[in-house]
Amino acid sequence: MPQLKIVDLKANYGTHTVLERINLNVDKGEIVSLIGPSGSGKSTLLRVLMGLLPPISGEVHINDQPLNYRDRDQLRRIRAEMAIVFQQYNLFQNMSVLENVTVAPVKVKGRPRQQVEAYARELLEKVGMGAKLDAYPDQLSGGQQQRVAIARALALQPSILLLDEVTAALDPELVNEVLDTVRLLAADGMTMFIVSHEMAFVREVSSKVVFMDAGHVVEVGGPADLFDRPREARTREFVGKILRH
Amino acid sequence: MWEQLIEEAPRFFSYYNMLFFAKALGTTFALSAIGCVVGFTLGFVLAAIRLTTHPGLKPVRITVQLVTELVRRIPFLVTLMLVFFIFQGLDADLSMFTVALFSVCLIATAFIAEIVRSGLESVHHNQWDAAATLNFSYWQVLWWVIIPQAWKIILPPVFGFFVLFIKDTALASQIGVIELAFAGKTMTNKGFSATLVYGTVLLLYFVLSYPLARFGKYLETRLAPTQDR
Repeated sequence: MPQLKIVDLKANYGTHTVLERINLNVDKGEIVSLIGPSGSGKSTLLRVLMGLLPPISGEVHINDQPLNYRDRDQLRRIRAEMAIVFQQYNLFQNMSVLENVTVAPVKVKGRPRQQVEAYARELLEKVGMGAKLDAYPDQLSGGQQQRVAIARALALQPSILLLDEVTAALDPELVNEVLDTVRLLAADGMTMFIVSHEMAFVREVSSKVVFMDAGHVVEVGGPADLFDRPREARTREFVGKILRH
Repeated sequence: MWEQLIEEAPRFFSYYNMLFFAKALGTTFALSAIGCVVGFTLGFVLAAIRLTTHPGLKPVRITVQLVTELVRRIPFLVTLMLVFFIFQGLDADLSMFTVALFSVCLIATAFIAEIVRSGLESVHHNQWDAAATLNFSYWQVLWWVIIPQAWKIILPPVFGFFVLFIKDTALASQIGVIELAFAGKTMTNKGFSATLVYGTVLLLYFVLSYPLARFGKYLETRLAPTQDR
């Protein structure tokens, strides 16, 4: 039974179709990377999965339960199962590092503050931000903010983590500190969706790679298959261009 | 001129005249203070309503937008007259003060709603996205994330508006409410020199608006977001 099953998903921005006929199964502990040219719908797919852009049609099943994005309660359940880390971190600017990580579990889920804070400290320690608990986002570097954002997403104990080009806004030197954190999570067996342009990283960490183009899934395969023996012409073209530099 | 003023002063600063000014000051203060508090509270509520996205609330959003835009575009004096005649048409037996107070609150609400709305909208949309994915409700996002960041942008124009607004309450004199401007007119009609009368009126307006401006500055620094901490 796949943990996440996407069936014939379609999404529009206004009247413009940005995702069409998306079908994908993800098993527990799998690390699925979405690759493809800009505008191919990778980030949009993550936004749709988080309910930030409601799908036009199609279904998303989590643990074999179909969930309806139009239903408020079901949307809450979807968002309890999945967490997203954004390209621009999107940390709450008015809160310290620790508050950013604890605010949702304490105020939204109503868990006891002490317990949440202990867990938040543990998570922040894990992502290497244990010394910056009282700092505010604008006092941190991009890489540091991104690691806090990852801790914030994990604090809700989601079963699936979505990473939307988490290194794209970072200085090259800071990319690795974030990727190391992601590797750590991968080793823990967390199910992840990764949108990334770091092909070497994608190849190393993914169990499944999805190549998307123009709102469609073109090809799905293991990293070795997709990068070395792409079946589709469009995939070959994309992979060829990337590997040339 | 000075001789005349010195000669007039003891008569002008008589107990009853001062009592008259004190009462007028009280009325101006009441109109301003209640207008500011009601305007700020309702303005916030209207702004919050306008930022909702729920399709079911669309008629409410449109109504709110219509009313605020309308009130903001009608001159203060005309609004005052409109409220006055509407209440008269309804046969509501209200004091002139109540009519003025109602108008003043209406105007303050409309202007502040617009200031607050633009302030809330200036907070980057990614803050809404992040909060939504963490399952915050609309009001939770507003209260914990957006408003704390928007304060700094909202407060200066709000207090700027308050100061203008205190002076605009003078228009209530047009329907016979005895506030500072009305008191000034009465005193000049009694034959006191305009310099003395309006000098006093000016001073009293200053006494009302200066502490308010200082308070605004104080709030701005106290509620400033992280970069200034």
